[in-house]
Amino acid sequence: MWALTLYRSTIGKKIIMAVTGLVLVVFVIGHMAGNLQEFLGPARMNAYAAFLKSTGELLWIARIGLIAATVLHVLMAWQLTQIKRAARPVDYTKREPQVSTLASRTMRWGGVFLLVFIVFHILHFTTGTVFPIASQPGDQFSHTDVYGNVVSAFRTPWVTAFYVVAMLFLLLHLFHGAWSSVRTLGLSKPSDHPLHRRISTVIAVVVWLGFSAIPVAVLLGVIR
Amino acid sequence: MNLTLQVWRQPGPTAEGGLKEYKATDVSPDMSFLEMLDVVNERLIEKGEMPIAFDHDCREGICGSCGMMINGVAHGPSRGTATCQLHMRSFRDGDTIVIEPWRARAFPVIKDLVVNRGALDRIIAAGGYITAPTGSAQDANSIPVPKQDADASMDAAACIGCGACVAACPNGSASLFTGAKISHLGLLPQGQPERYRRALSMVAQMDIEGFGGCTLFGECQAACPKEISIDVISRMNRDFLRAAVTKPAERSGGGGDG
Repeated sequence: MWALTLYRSTIGKKIIMAVTGLVLVVFVIGHMAGNLQEFLGPARMNAYAAFLKSTGELLWIARIGLIAATVLHVLMAWQLTQIKRAARPVDYTKREPQVSTLASRTMRWGGVFLLVFIVFHILHFTTGTVFPIASQPGDQFSHTDVYGNVVSAFRTPWVTAFYVVAMLFLLLHLFHGAWSSVRTLGLSKPSDHPLHRRISTVIAVVVWLGFSAIPVAVLLGVIR
Repeated sequence: MNLTLQVWRQPGPTAEGGLKEYKATDVSPDMSFLEMLDVVNERLIEKGEMPIAFDHDCREGICGSCGMMINGVAHGPSRGTATCQLHMRSFRDGDTIVIEPWRARAFPVIKDLVVNRGALDRIIAAGGYITAPTGSAQDANSIPVPKQDADASMDAAACIGCGACVAACPNGSASLFTGAKISHLGLLPQGQPERYRRALSMVAQMDIEGFGGCTLFGECQAACPKEISIDVISRMNRDFLRAAVTKPAERSGGGGDG
């Protein structure tokens, strides 16, 4: 069974991470594009949210798919981290990284932070569970007024700060992750200036700017 | 030049080890790093102390025997060279140099700076060969090989198995080594019959030896004395993935184990 062959190998685990990672990259781009409708006003944003909810089973299929991808991604990362720890029981007194990027070196802890962020984010904007503690007094969570939820949430500076910091981690995670997924899958052609490096950089920067723009715009009063 | 060395001393595989300080005085900048250690060792022997054990053989960057972590960098500060090709002019008078053995579970320390790199040999034994009838070599041009394939294969075949990729990798991964071995055969016509079985068995052996996984830090290709590119890792993954998922049929091959 090929899935088992993959699961049992470090390369296979990495391939699973690459595939699930790319699924999440596609989601994140779509999510960002959808969110940017916040700039087009309450009618447009809430209509978009209502449309997503109207898809019923399709929405749940997408949600389950995304949760499955996230769980697999995190599980493989955790297992590979255990293997990595075991691979060097006695560490160096001194080891100087030569070429590795900040992004590559923050994949593990940055990933943990992103997981915490995702859980908070779902409890914040999807279920509204933590909405009251992350809002100013008087602000109510509404399942139909997505536009209003966003505006109330990001009027609180620490909430905006938390989201902006999380998006910085997402920038780093995508910068290394989107690039390395392509290499892990062996899809890259040998090149000194590979196309997948440029595309990954563009994705990371665009997603970071797109997501950060909304909370910052609310805090600055551009969206109200 | 006068230098301070902090060298990992460990009397045996199971003994406790630790960094010990030595003064290396009157070092010529023209000495190689290993010659500097030779001088330090001669003085240790004169004093009746145990010399620092380190691996070396050809001392011209071909055999892959030497290798140590020098100030936290595999094979030291100069790029594309093995430890034996590093010269003392790369350091400044008064420098402190920390010297440690390769660190990996798969590379147990034998003594001081000498590690057992048998794990790499076992990865090769798992599939890093071709099955060919022996006898007189056939004419060199009887099997055409595209120039770019021959070049790429030769670049991968430059691997001397020194283990610097493993040593420099934050994950302790042997992906560059295994990728180089898989690529150099897989790029050539002679390597095709066993190409996919080779990828599966060499990767399996790599995992059995307890190396970590690749997260594409890129430290390995910076440490490699032969400057082998991480492109070989992509190629290994591609062959492994195809082998695992589609189980390509072998058109020919030696073993009867199916």
